[in-house]
Amino acid sequence: MFHVKQSETDLRFDVIVVGGGHAGCEAAAASARLGAKAALVTHKLDTIGEMSCNPAIGGLGKGHLVREIDALDGLMGRVADAAGIQFRVLNRSKGPAVRGPRAQADRALYRAAMQDALANTANLTLIAGAVEDVLTVDEACCGVRLEDGRELHGGAVVVTTGTFLRGMIHIGTRQIPAGRVGEAAATVFGARLEALGLRMGRLKTGTPARLLKQSIAYEGLEAQLGDDPPEPFSMLTKAIATEQTVCHITRTTPETHAIIRAHLHESAIHAGNISGRGPRYCPSVEDKVTRFADRDSHQIFLEPEGLTDPLVYPNGISTSLPEAVQLAFLRTIPGLEAVEMARPGYAVEYDFVDPRELTHGLEVRRMRGLYLAGQINGTTGYEEAAAQGLVAGLNAARAVAGQTPVQFDRTEAYIGVMIDDLVVRGVDEPYRMFTSRAEYRLRLRADNADLRLTPLGLDAGCVGGARAALFHVKQQDLEAALRLTTSLTATPSAFEAVGAPASGDGRRRSALEMMGRLGPADARLLALWPELAGIPLPARETLATDAQYAAYLTRQDADVAAFKRDEAMALPEGLDYASVDGLSTEARQKLIAARPPSLGAAARVPGVTPAAVTALLRHVRNGRSAARAAG
Amino acid sequence: MAAESVIFALASGAGRAGVAVMRLSGPGVAAVFDALTDRPPPPPRMAALRRLVNPDDGSALDQALTLWFPAPASFTGEDVVELHLHGGIAVIDGVADALAGLPGFRPAEPGEFSRRAFRNGKLDLAAAEGLADLIDADTAFARRRALWQMEGGLSRIHNDWRERLLTLLALAEAALDFSDEPIPETLDLEIREGISTILAEIARHLGNPEAVERGRDGYRIVLTGPPNVGKSSLLNALARRDAAIVTATPGTTRDVLEVRMDLGGYPVSLFDTAGLRDSSDPIEQEGMRRARAALETADLILEVRILAAHDCSTSVGEADAAAPGRMVFWNKADLAPGVAPPFGLTGSAQSGAGLPALEAVLAGRAQAALEAGPAPAMTRARHRAALLDVKDALDQALTAPAPELCAEDLRTAMRALGRVVGVVDVDDVLDRIFSAFCIGK
Repeated sequence: MFHVKQSETDLRFDVIVVGGGHAGCEAAAASARLGAKAALVTHKLDTIGEMSCNPAIGGLGKGHLVREIDALDGLMGRVADAAGIQFRVLNRSKGPAVRGPRAQADRALYRAAMQDALANTANLTLIAGAVEDVLTVDEACCGVRLEDGRELHGGAVVVTTGTFLRGMIHIGTRQIPAGRVGEAAATVFGARLEALGLRMGRLKTGTPARLLKQSIAYEGLEAQLGDDPPEPFSMLTKAIATEQTVCHITRTTPETHAIIRAHLHESAIHAGNISGRGPRYCPSVEDKVTRFADRDSHQIFLEPEGLTDPLVYPNGISTSLPEAVQLAFLRTIPGLEAVEMARPGYAVEYDFVDPRELTHGLEVRRMRGLYLAGQINGTTGYEEAAAQGLVAGLNAARAVAGQTPVQFDRTEAYIGVMIDDLVVRGVDEPYRMFTSRAEYRLRLRADNADLRLTPLGLDAGCVGGARAALFHVKQQDLEAALRLTTSLTATPSAFEAVGAPASGDGRRRSALEMMGRLGPADARLLALWPELAGIPLPARETLATDAQYAAYLTRQDADVAAFKRDEAMALPEGLDYASVDGLSTEARQKLIAARPPSLGAAARVPGVTPAAVTALLRHVRNGRSAARAAG
Repeated sequence: MAAESVIFALASGAGRAGVAVMRLSGPGVAAVFDALTDRPPPPPRMAALRRLVNPDDGSALDQALTLWFPAPASFTGEDVVELHLHGGIAVIDGVADALAGLPGFRPAEPGEFSRRAFRNGKLDLAAAEGLADLIDADTAFARRRALWQMEGGLSRIHNDWRERLLTLLALAEAALDFSDEPIPETLDLEIREGISTILAEIARHLGNPEAVERGRDGYRIVLTGPPNVGKSSLLNALARRDAAIVTATPGTTRDVLEVRMDLGGYPVSLFDTAGLRDSSDPIEQEGMRRARAALETADLILEVRILAAHDCSTSVGEADAAAPGRMVFWNKADLAPGVAPPFGLTGSAQSGAGLPALEAVLAGRAQAALEAGPAPAMTRARHRAALLDVKDALDQALTAPAPELCAEDLRTAMRALGRVVGVVDVDDVLDRIFSAFCIGK
């Protein structure tokens, strides 16, 4: 358990984080790592680190985010390593850049590990309470007021209230106002945010029923094993110590579909009770059955919620049908013939703030000192939330210390891709990370996240001593390995002698070049150069990938350079788009909503054509001349 | 930092003019002198007459006035070269092709000159020169042209490639982003086959572009009017008189007849449509659908009416008739001696009276419209450069050693094609994925 390390009567902080979910935890920890005096306020301290949806961390795109959070010394990777009960690296055969680490996590272990990590974070106070309002002075945010009347004062506030903003749960035609089952919705707080003039929208998401493990017949179901040995998320984790387990796969049947079809009118979503927009990539089982009517079966992953947890999460069948219908269709699924539900699935609708109200540092543009992170910004997923939390916490602490915000750009991190997408393009469905969102995907690998980001984290001040030391060792090892593999060279005939493919051009090739072609652990290369075996395999993998991808990466350098040039052309914060000649109405509206910080970002705003970008250029340029003339 | 390409574009207006100025900008631009004139650059900012030859086969391109502006004292602040060419379309075409073939040279994208100029603090100059490189897609003409291209020839081909490439990209991305979902095993094969087919088509297209591109940049005049007012006679008269018929394609049905001709130096397509009237005959209905499609994509609708004392009604009012997209021609004037038209032009397709005046007006309209749009030669050079990039990327995709590299090559190809058909966004790809596969847990 954790301890309140400071007297709660001392209610003055540098950074106050509202919410104890994945975004809140990373935000509070990041602020504290920077040395800010931080507070985390949440309804109930014992639900800090709760996984409110599926019991898994990582995956495609998401695993990259976890590695990036870890590279910035965040918590998620370490906590998932402590709680993971089945680890798999997805896409092993698809290429190194799209490999995504994923783990099933034990819900209780995850919560405990997260609460433990926070308890061991210096400068951090945990406070139980419901936040009712933000306090302001001179149009800047300077604290929060709790429902019980207490006021917390601070230099910056990070709000990470997830789906709690005017949350409404739908089970069939029943509607229950709440964020998660059994918790009060922060309706007052939502109204307050709206009163600030922030544009809000409504989204929905869903979750399946929870099943009692003992009522499932696993015999005959396909078992899915984890990787052996499991590959941890965090650079700080030497090996996974937690016991590992298996998942099972089953499928819906034509009978399942028939029941669902017969009761479609009772589904909250299909009955039209829900106005919020749901994600296309996470359809409810009702959607699957209607939109893909030709399929008579859909896959379901039976994911244990923990090693000793009595519940199972049936991944793939989120639903808002009435309870009785849920039970009926579940029992048509192989293995679930006698299943018992612990609680039904439901759809939840909630408010979010149009993320175009935010800067790239996740600060609300209309209110200095107020930061938003996580689902409140229209995203979905633990990893997306955590990554935003880290950035918001980092920047809140830096702002309080009088430092400039830290931003990650699209060429260096998935975090940068996500935040840029959010604040420039906005969202119209819950935003989830995909590797296809990254233009510079080949650079943004999970295996080089620390090489990309730890140096930035060191500069920003959010990387602690232990990681810094490990990172320097890794860097030095890599440099030595690079020196070695470029200094070892051989002729085609030498390659031929060990049975490796040789070209007829007579040119000597380096070990690095050959590793790029044959892989990091090729026996023929190791026979030719036994000293290669002295390089740890992960280092060889990184080098081999870099070598293999050199041609692609070099080709992309020109694109990256062009990207950076356009990013460097800043647009003034207060630019009056109404006075820019030659913009279409659509482009003008979108630009006003997004207020892009640079010409590059302006070009990414939907509806902004090259002609509009040029009009902007001309305007900015003329404005500067006018300002010079006036000054 | 990677070196920037040399970009080039027509700095003077499009269409036929006495002189066309081709402007080139970027580090290494001076190589153009070596490649096209076999001589060093002239002294900075001094005009020099040079013979331009095609570096591939040594054939003469033009006798041009050349200017060399080393950085930073230039239009963009980069090294700049200007070639003042003779203004014929063939000359501009030839030079643009030759330039696109030089390593590191490519046609400028819209706004690119301005952007470079801005970066180097030179935008005032660019603004003063009217941003000639900026294609303003908002003009009515460009919109009509876009519509027309959608119906016809080249754009149909480009958009077809876009759709198929987008699907292939979506398949490749789905295999990467949703590999833990049930995705067909045969995806790889499907992608490779798709790539090979598009590659073959592009290769054929690049090898014989004329067949597809001919007439692409013409001015479209559609003749309308009730039956028997003499539309066909007028078409024949105009075509016969002005000779220079390129093709006369009968429409796919008995509906729309197209004649391509050169009017006052401008490429013009004349369409004779079936008269629009109520009919339940399915063939005739199809003909009228096509006629309406032709009308929608017309640059000019020329309504033909009979000049007669008792019938001077038209669907076009006098004010409308002066609008750039509308005109009325009062035909059969020889049958109504002494009758004056209420407005507009009159004459006789039969006798030829009034036709020279009509031709002059039509040529004037074609000139005004074509010169407002992008230069045909530049459009063509840009398309060609983009397609070559598409082809290179697809070639590479076929031999990519990993699925993620194949996807990367497909992205490169899609971006290159996007320079022709408009940017394809990640949301387009995701849309395609989610409509094709039942994805989601």
